[in-house]
Amino acid sequence: MTTFWIVAPLIVLASLGLLFARKAVHAALGLAVVMIGLAVLYAVQDAPFLFAVQIIVYTGAIMMLFLFVVMLVGVDSGVSLRETLSGQKVAAAVVGIGFGLLLVLGVAQLSLGPVTGLAEANQHGNVYGLAELMFGPFVLAFQFTAALLVTAVLGAMVLAHRERLTPRSSQAELAAQRLRDYAESGKHPGNPPTPGVFARHNAVDSPALLPDGSPAPGSVPDSLVDRGQVLDVTTDDVDDVHRQIGRRGEGEDEK
Amino acid sequence: MNEYLALSMILFTIGAVGVLVRRNAIIVFMCVELMLNATNLALVSFSRQHGNLDGQLAAFFVMVVAAAEVVVGLAIIVSIHRARRSVSVDDAHLLNL
Repeated sequence: MTTFWIVAPLIVLASLGLLFARKAVHAALGLAVVMIGLAVLYAVQDAPFLFAVQIIVYTGAIMMLFLFVVMLVGVDSGVSLRETLSGQKVAAAVVGIGFGLLLVLGVAQLSLGPVTGLAEANQHGNVYGLAELMFGPFVLAFQFTAALLVTAVLGAMVLAHRERLTPRSSQAELAAQRLRDYAESGKHPGNPPTPGVFARHNAVDSPALLPDGSPAPGSVPDSLVDRGQVLDVTTDDVDDVHRQIGRRGEGEDEK
Repeated sequence: MNEYLALSMILFTIGAVGVLVRRNAIIVFMCVELMLNATNLALVSFSRQHGNLDGQLAAFFVMVVAAAEVVVGLAIIVSIHRARRSVSVDDAHLLNL
């Protein structure tokens, strides 16, 4: 019981993170804490097999999948704060709290009698008992889960697969295209400017500066622009750079 | 026993509110997982209450179904993101009249 009162508040706090976290990664971390806490509660409740499965399947496999998708998708996935249905959040919160109160009060009035405990059911070991059930009365359900897993794998492959519609352009074609662009629109055929040129830092998030002190477009990776993590350029920066390199430049001019 | 059930109810409620409130499809999906986990906790608790392992086996099957569901759901989210460059549940409204 001590374990429960230590773990339960942690679980509830971490699951509230799912409601209030701004970034999907933070929500995923909260969910991982919830899942590990639930695994501990399974271990306390005489379910060692489910404890292991919860750690391996949920925190191991499912959370990994979630994090992969967050990394694939999360870069430019700014979700707008505009409400499509006005007042939907407030209404959802009110309904949710009412629902929760109803459930918790209902359970609190319940008296279930003494807990039987699993000492008898687990007498040959928990895994043995579960296997006897799974391959005895529930063997058909077990086989259906096999069919379900195969179907899910095929479905994911069909959904995530992408046919290449146009042939891949070769290096020669790319070079010809660059020069054609240069002839038609004047787009520079060489490398885009690297970050940090003439700026105060050469980190990837500081844009290159043009001679008039404005940031050069295209010098910072697109994903950083999407995330809004580009360093600001202020006029002070330009003045600082002038002060650092200006004096030496003037001296050479006089010579 | 009652406190395990109460915890399970609280987690289920938080998951349900999250599904209603959040816009990011990935977080909505995590909230569905939270609801499944809450029911698993109730199943395991009832298994100990009644002294047989049926509840634990049901929780195990729920985990298998949840794993399959996550695989398909995340594939749908990735393909929607590829087509529309967005994971907001409000942006997927092409079937809307």
